[in-house]
Amino acid sequence: MIPEIGHFALILALLVAFVQATMPMVGAHRGNQAWMAIARPAALTQFGLVAVAFGCLTQAYVTSDFSVLNVFQNSHTAKPLLYKISGVWGNHEGSLLLWVMILSLFGSAVALFGTNLPPGLRARVLGVQAMIALGFYLFMLLTSNPFERLSPVPLNGNDLNPLLQDPGLAFHPPMLYLGYVGFSMAFSFAIAALIEGRVDAAWARWVRPWALAAWCFLTAGITLGSWWAYYELGWGGWWFWDPVENASFMPWLAGTALLHSSTVVEKRDTLKGWTILLAIVTFSLSLLGTFLVRSGVLTSVHTFATDPARGIFILGLLIVVIGGSLALFAWRGPALVSTGVFQPISREGALLFNNLVMTTAAAAVLLGTLYPLLLDAIGGGKVSVGAPFFNAVFIPLMVPMIVAMAVGPLLSWKRADMKPALSRLWAAGGVMIVAMIAVWAVETDGPFMGIVGIGLAAWLFMGILSELAGRIRLLQGSLSESLSRLRRTPRAAWGMTLAHLGLAITIAGMTGAGAWKVESIQAMKPGDRVSVAGYDFVFDGARSGTGPNYSILSGTFRVLRDGQLVTMLYPEKRVYNVSQQPTTEAAIHTTFLGDLYAVVGDEDETGAFVTRLYFNPLVGWMWAGVLIMVFGGVLSLSDRRHRVGAPKKRGAGLAQAASA
Amino acid sequence: MKRKHKRLTFVVIALVLLGVAAGLVLSAFEENIVFFYSPTDIAENNVAEGRRIRLGGLVEEGSVKKAGGAVVNFRVTDLTTVIAVTYKGLLPDLFSEGQGVVAEGALQGGVFRADEVLAKHDETYMPPEVAEALKKSGKWKGPGESQGENRGKDNNK
Repeated sequence: MIPEIGHFALILALLVAFVQATMPMVGAHRGNQAWMAIARPAALTQFGLVAVAFGCLTQAYVTSDFSVLNVFQNSHTAKPLLYKISGVWGNHEGSLLLWVMILSLFGSAVALFGTNLPPGLRARVLGVQAMIALGFYLFMLLTSNPFERLSPVPLNGNDLNPLLQDPGLAFHPPMLYLGYVGFSMAFSFAIAALIEGRVDAAWARWVRPWALAAWCFLTAGITLGSWWAYYELGWGGWWFWDPVENASFMPWLAGTALLHSSTVVEKRDTLKGWTILLAIVTFSLSLLGTFLVRSGVLTSVHTFATDPARGIFILGLLIVVIGGSLALFAWRGPALVSTGVFQPISREGALLFNNLVMTTAAAAVLLGTLYPLLLDAIGGGKVSVGAPFFNAVFIPLMVPMIVAMAVGPLLSWKRADMKPALSRLWAAGGVMIVAMIAVWAVETDGPFMGIVGIGLAAWLFMGILSELAGRIRLLQGSLSESLSRLRRTPRAAWGMTLAHLGLAITIAGMTGAGAWKVESIQAMKPGDRVSVAGYDFVFDGARSGTGPNYSILSGTFRVLRDGQLVTMLYPEKRVYNVSQQPTTEAAIHTTFLGDLYAVVGDEDETGAFVTRLYFNPLVGWMWAGVLIMVFGGVLSLSDRRHRVGAPKKRGAGLAQAASA
Repeated sequence: MKRKHKRLTFVVIALVLLGVAAGLVLSAFEENIVFFYSPTDIAENNVAEGRRIRLGGLVEEGSVKKAGGAVVNFRVTDLTTVIAVTYKGLLPDLFSEGQGVVAEGALQGGVFRADEVLAKHDETYMPPEVAEALKKSGKWKGPGESQGENRGKDNNK
């Protein structure tokens, strides 16, 4: 009964979305207040209905109702409750349901809190939101119904893929989706603005928090996934340039560009067409990302199933959304007039440079990701484009941007002089050179990129600190004056500073983990000792045990440095009872300078175990840096000006000068 | 500078960036694209020794031998041709005899030296390339085109 209620609620939501997608749009066109006003209750009703559907599916999972096909395929009575719940979105159908639920949640947020939006804009934004939702409802109801029944009812389920039974991965998809769907808001605002033919500072001020929130979620989601891959796959790596990773990274690149260009629209009333285009591109890449994972067209370590029937629908939806919005842009885009003018050397210029690099990088990643598909489609043979390609293209593109990132915040809006900006970066330059020499001295045989990476991280870190010091006039006046300036710095400015500092730390971490990783693979018998990067790993044997729904082989390592015990490591190999699928649980000990990482494999005939031991330098910096970036984003989101709503033209001085 | 010139500056910067990116992409493509071969392809096409390729097929039943020191030898088959593979390291969790496998590496003295064996996260999943290789050799016994439908587990990453 309950699954049918869910199914019915989904159909009702489709109908409500249809009303919401049409009547307010027509009303806004004709200036009919009553028709426009329908958008608001429709958005709220739609959310209510999807929430009911989602609740019904969750109920089916929690109570292990195996008469529902989806539950049978992805759940099991012996599964811990957390994974019963996360199993709801740990599959194709359920994840789509989560997607539309977040979409309608954001729609109702606009309906509830968008009271100071012009009524026409609000009606159109909600209308566009409903159109996106409509596509998803149709997709679900026609090809991927999560409430499909199964008869006869099986006694127990197939269980959720053991690799997904992990706390990191339980929250990875919702985070990622909050990001993807957050960009749908920027998209809806962009389409609504194109229809209205008007983009102004108030518009940008409305779009920016959505883009910022989406960016925070997406950053956190990508990092959760990367972290999961790091400790769960047991390969000692954290990013594989896998198609599915790229699928989430492309919207991140475009979204980061959008974040920066929307600032220019807000402050300077220029780059309007470009910002609209970025909003369209970012959401298109989010859609592509959602579906690239689902459709199974790409061979990926993450791809589980293929279904051509869904592929056609997906392709159609992508063509309608991307083609339609770009056509609208081509038609209405030229009508957007920018008033602000600026010199190439200026804050706007620096932000535009960021945009150009980010979009070029996104295009390169897109090309590398889709190339195997294209080549196969024209009969050029099967190829794979792996990490070496992406590293060779992506890293060189990022270098000039990171160099420029330290300079950009020092430039004034409209027109700036390079010389005084550069003269404020002497400290950053000095620290960069010292850092590079230090790295070269310690890791003389290491790769050249290691020296460059650490140098760039030091340059950026110090550059941002120089900007902060200049902003609060450190050492130029009294200390108390500097402190009071520090206190009065708006949160948005703090957000930028922290996000950029976080990136610098992340770059240092990525460089360390990429350049100086030490790996050792061997067969070890109890009592064997292997030295990795100055640490002695002593293998004390392995024993068997049982977990809630799996059996364990647990290895024991003593890690010594100069004869002193550093830590004990207990890597596991688990075999899940239902699927008999093994998983690897790496044991990781994080130190300031790097992670000690151990993986244990099967026992062979001689009683030896294959082990993988790693020293992964600076990995902790990477996670810490990303956390700081996300925290910066959240801080900026909590800034006062996002709450006070639409600004008067040319906002207050300090906030304007400082934030980016 | 006139407005037109300013815009031109950015167009030039954009073009330079795109040019650099295109150059990087082309040179990286040349060196880093890895072609996929089935054992039969390798036997027929004289794949050059040392060239980096991907090999796909099924792990032959009874062929997996641990050679000590974390080295594993096994054979990959498309049920027409068989090729010997040697790999040092931990095999992915789902590696087992009779299952589909994709290995990346290069030929060396007639033996495929793999430095990466790809993990598939589901025992019911068959990599499309492997399915293709089996279809080509006429030995495809899978449940047809829609293999994986209704029973494959979707992932979230």
